[in-house]
Amino acid sequence: MLLNLTTTHEPATDLGYLLAKHPQKLQSFELAFGRAQVFYPQADAQRCTASLLLDIDPVGLVRGRGDGSEGPLAQYVNDRPYAASSFLAVAIARVYRSALAGASADRDALAQTPIPLEAEVPVLRARGGEDAIRRCFEPLGYAVQLEPLALDARFPEWGASPYWRLRISGCVRLRELLSHLYVLLPAIDGDKHYFVGDDEVDKLVAKAGDWLAAHPQRDWIANRYLKRRRSLVRSALARLLGAEEDEVDRAEQAREAAEEAIERPLSLNEQRMGSVLSVLRQSGARKVVDLGCGEGRLLGLLLKEKQFEGILGIDVSLRALDIAADRLHLERLPPSQRARLQLAQGALTYRDRRFEGFDAACAIEVIEHMDPPRLPAFVRNVFEFARPGLVVVTTPNAEYNALFADLPAGRMRHPDHRFEWTRAEFQAWAEAVASRHGYGLRLLPVGPLDPLLGAPTQMALFTRDA
Amino acid sequence: MSIRIPQLCLVALVGPSGSGKSSFARRHFAATEVLSSDTCRGWVSDDENAQHASQDAFDVLYYVVRKRLAAGRLTVVDATNVRPEDRKRIVELAREYHVFAAAIVFDLPERLCQDRNAARADRQFGPHVVRSQLQALHRSMRNLQREGFRYINVLRSTADVDTAQIERTPLWNDKREDHGPFDLIGDVHGCYGELLALLRELGYVVAGTREQPQVQAPAGRKAVFVGDLVDRGPDSPGVLRLVMHMVGNGTALCVPGNHDVKLQRKLAGRDVRITHGLAETLQQLEGEDTAFLQQIERFVDGLVSHYVLDGGKLVVAHAGLSEELQGRSSARVREFALYGETTGETDACGLPVRYDWAQDYRGRAMVVYGHTPVPEPEWVNQTLCIDTGCVFGGRLTALRYPERELVSVPAMRIHYAPAAPFPAAPEAAATAAVREGSLLELGDVAGKRTIETRVFHRVGVREENAVAALEVMSRFALDPRWLIYLPPTMAPPATATDGDLLERPQEAVAAYRHEGVPELVCEEKHMGSRAVVVLCRDETVALRRFGIAGDGRGVIYTRSGRRFFADRALEAALLARLDAALESAGIWQELASDWVVLDAELLPWSAKAQELLQNQYAPTGAAALAALGAAETALAAAIARGVAAGEALARVRTRHDAAQRFVDAYGRYCWSAQGLADLRLAPFHVLASEGNVGLAREHRWHLGLIGRLAAADPALIRATRHCFVDLSDEASVAAAVAWWEQLTAEGGEGMVLKPASGLARGARGLLQPAVKCRGREYLRIIYGPEYTEPENLQRLRVRGVRRKQSLALREFALGIEALYRFVEHEPLYRVHECVFGVLALESEPVDARL
Repeated sequence: MLLNLTTTHEPATDLGYLLAKHPQKLQSFELAFGRAQVFYPQADAQRCTASLLLDIDPVGLVRGRGDGSEGPLAQYVNDRPYAASSFLAVAIARVYRSALAGASADRDALAQTPIPLEAEVPVLRARGGEDAIRRCFEPLGYAVQLEPLALDARFPEWGASPYWRLRISGCVRLRELLSHLYVLLPAIDGDKHYFVGDDEVDKLVAKAGDWLAAHPQRDWIANRYLKRRRSLVRSALARLLGAEEDEVDRAEQAREAAEEAIERPLSLNEQRMGSVLSVLRQSGARKVVDLGCGEGRLLGLLLKEKQFEGILGIDVSLRALDIAADRLHLERLPPSQRARLQLAQGALTYRDRRFEGFDAACAIEVIEHMDPPRLPAFVRNVFEFARPGLVVVTTPNAEYNALFADLPAGRMRHPDHRFEWTRAEFQAWAEAVASRHGYGLRLLPVGPLDPLLGAPTQMALFTRDA
Repeated sequence: MSIRIPQLCLVALVGPSGSGKSSFARRHFAATEVLSSDTCRGWVSDDENAQHASQDAFDVLYYVVRKRLAAGRLTVVDATNVRPEDRKRIVELAREYHVFAAAIVFDLPERLCQDRNAARADRQFGPHVVRSQLQALHRSMRNLQREGFRYINVLRSTADVDTAQIERTPLWNDKREDHGPFDLIGDVHGCYGELLALLRELGYVVAGTREQPQVQAPAGRKAVFVGDLVDRGPDSPGVLRLVMHMVGNGTALCVPGNHDVKLQRKLAGRDVRITHGLAETLQQLEGEDTAFLQQIERFVDGLVSHYVLDGGKLVVAHAGLSEELQGRSSARVREFALYGETTGETDACGLPVRYDWAQDYRGRAMVVYGHTPVPEPEWVNQTLCIDTGCVFGGRLTALRYPERELVSVPAMRIHYAPAAPFPAAPEAAATAAVREGSLLELGDVAGKRTIETRVFHRVGVREENAVAALEVMSRFALDPRWLIYLPPTMAPPATATDGDLLERPQEAVAAYRHEGVPELVCEEKHMGSRAVVVLCRDETVALRRFGIAGDGRGVIYTRSGRRFFADRALEAALLARLDAALESAGIWQELASDWVVLDAELLPWSAKAQELLQNQYAPTGAAALAALGAAETALAAAIARGVAAGEALARVRTRHDAAQRFVDAYGRYCWSAQGLADLRLAPFHVLASEGNVGLAREHRWHLGLIGRLAAADPALIRATRHCFVDLSDEASVAAAVAWWEQLTAEGGEGMVLKPASGLARGARGLLQPAVKCRGREYLRIIYGPEYTEPENLQRLRVRGVRRKQSLALREFALGIEALYRFVEHEPLYRVHECVFGVLALESEPVDARL
């Protein structure tokens, strides 16, 4: 990867003094992950460009440095040796250390003076698109020039690449330009090549303390720079703002609450859970199994009600179960509470004797994640073998999709949905299941009811015949 | 004296302390068969005589008894067992596991016991103990039989003890030594004419008269009647005479049915309700003499509830038998065998709901039974009901074992009006075929497992890998009934130690040669995506053989078991073309099968790997070319200014060139695939067809069939170029190496080297069924654009091929095992276990680039 720094401040060759790199030489610096070289493609009084060329060891990225450790990446085929990233930031800090600190032995006054500067990065990855880049640099006073890179000219149908050639120019101090690049290039790129630890917060504060606090994209940048590690982000923000950490926490909570308030009338999930909960409550069920419990939203509600004495959450995804255990603070529950709730991995298409002996079973937004040919296995598992007194099934109402502004016609609400049924389709399925297995059936809408298209979610209540 | 006990039973040694039970047990039983209360006391308290520890000691003892009996192991309880309450537990345990309880009583003189105890330093508990033990024994001894002991032997002197010999006798139901072959015959119900016809159809010679039949079996064969010989039909006495004759002359075995038993009870003078066709039988028997009636009574009374045959591989019982009851003996075993089990619920008509034991059956033995008339015999988890309702106007059916061939004759007429219409509607039959597969048990796949494979050895699956596989299997994979195979991973050869290549054929050749393989086949490796094709001639075959209804005539799936095409019409069109090609090449006829499973590569790569290309390969190429191009420009400008950067420029140019080669490499395997016309299927194995595990066959057979298939539809089917290599001929080897060099220089992925014989074994067992040698340019897609730089290559040579090879062998063994099991009609869960195992092994941490 490459970074070109150019000035037109005359004599432009003073750039050599500011960077402390001689314009006539090619200089090399060994770094942990490869080699950096600095040289000048152009150096005259009117215009001077310093190139920082970073040659990353691609095998070392996967294999580690031969000391038995593993490298940070799993794939040999990756863009890390070529796209501007945290590697480049580290190289800037190492190779242009004094310039980044604002020091210059020979041109101290110039180092403290805003001069016309230009930075060019031939390959910058921005998954957030052009806007993400502009939002980072433009508030800092730069003129931003962007040129998209093609993905593969032979296969235009593959679309655009996520890469841009970036050129920014402005009248700034060199130290500022370097500090902006140091923080913003990794933030835009979004991948951190090394483990994000506490000292990353120090680095961010040290390099960006004076400008990031006022940047309109402050939170986004801190988030991305710290690669979405929330606790680190909070302490970084706290230190940037000079505030206490719990103050930041409170502020954040307030923001989330506000968002929820806006969403409240629309939060379909909450309505769904509320409907399910009230059905379960009225049924008098004491033992409930949540089939496909996901991250445990329903479980959390059930746990709050004394009526539910035995709760089993089943999901096939271990990750979801881990998150559920976390969200429900499973390890910190008092023993009496803890004994009420079990989480277990299971697949709904395999017969599982652990599902037996419950008063009620719920499959909330689950069936649409199964391939239709696998549904009969699920049905037999629940209705023929487990046979709880009550089965609650919810699924999207496909007709209502027309009312979602953000959903293109013909698309489903979630990429993993294998089908979304109309009310008639759901009813036909539910009636067949109920009559075959000796259950009574009630169908209910959940969510705001459109006179023509029904409610966004449809719910079926199956009650076992006495 | 001789003490007879069954081979499987729970033996209680009964006698006071010092009566010599332990030394007797040591002499006559294996040390592991004997569970001593003293030993258990020692385990829980460090003191074998600590009476306060008895409770815990017996908890341990009974726990072990349970485990042993569940596993079918004869077990001896070495404790005093002198009080009825001690022995009650033993009888209960025996009953719980359906084994006989046996007692060996040591009723020896008190003096002898006292002296022995006195001689032992650890038994100083005073003479009253032995005395009271003996008293307890004498008070209750005569009740042993009433307590539930079926085998009782009493040793009254040291001479008795010294001369005793234990004789272990097989149970009545144990006919494991009888290996058949058998003809298992369903419920006859007095259908004498149909029985004669069926026996003749099966090759039996039935001569003599109805009153004095003479039956000869075809060479070595034996009939096995599953019971219900009588009632409802026109001639129960004729049937009885014939079967009794056959059992008498050794041409038949017979287990009792509930109707037979009811008749026997009536004949024995018991009060039974004359219903369900018994009236007809009694009427038919009216003219018979008393001797014959007594003969019938004794015959049925002497029948054994069920038989375990052919080394334990076949179980015959009238109403079937669940696994834990097979080869056991108890009232419950007999009840189950005669009547089956009910769930305790009743259905809408108030009739008891039958427990569908076959659905839950996971035993290894095949169970053949009757009792419930079915329109068609359907295999359910290795069980088969062969009562096809002859007396109701259906058919009389026999199963040839081990051929698994059904033979039947139609009923001559409706002899008896069924309560419900029979045969049942055809859709009921379809439902039955579908039901088995539709529900696998979590217990069939979850947790740590070991799977027996016939070509390799046991393959273990670790719990964490099963967990990962469960998620993939249940969220993304096809219906398990389609998924009868998953392809194994393939290992590369040992890494080349020098030169500018990581892989080349020479290492593979050397390894196979070292193992003594005479001939290899080298097949070009198609660069597409792995595709397994399951194809049936039509949907009825899909239903009959795969139990799949309404999901087309076949499926194409990926190496992780997902459907290859989201576009079902495209899949159907491809399958139709393939079917036509198989037809016109005469392959359907040659395979004598109406279904086939092919192992293939589907091209182009971009058809399936689009996401990978768009998100990983193409971006890397684009970024590399742009970044290195910019660096080249900058360095060239610096050099033009006189900066000494020649070396740096040369290096950037090399890297730029490597990046270009990388972009060329992946581009070669991509073309726009809009529809069927753009797709190519390159099959290389005919994995299986009816009665045939093709994967076990030599590669000439596969390549011959596939060559013909490609010729039949060259626009769709790509032949696999190949050459055979004689490993004793250097020129032959050199030609293969040269071909590889040419293939890879042209941008080909490389080649696969396989023992020409298919399965091959070396000194250390099964050999790699295939080894892949990938070309230098292709490997850029794997190891990155710049892997060919000498300093990179040097480090990449260090790679753990061994683990990959081990994984490849284990996965192959599971994959071919799945095919064997499917071809041999094993139940779905047995096939699925192997397929699931392959997927689970794939989640083992092995370098994915190998």
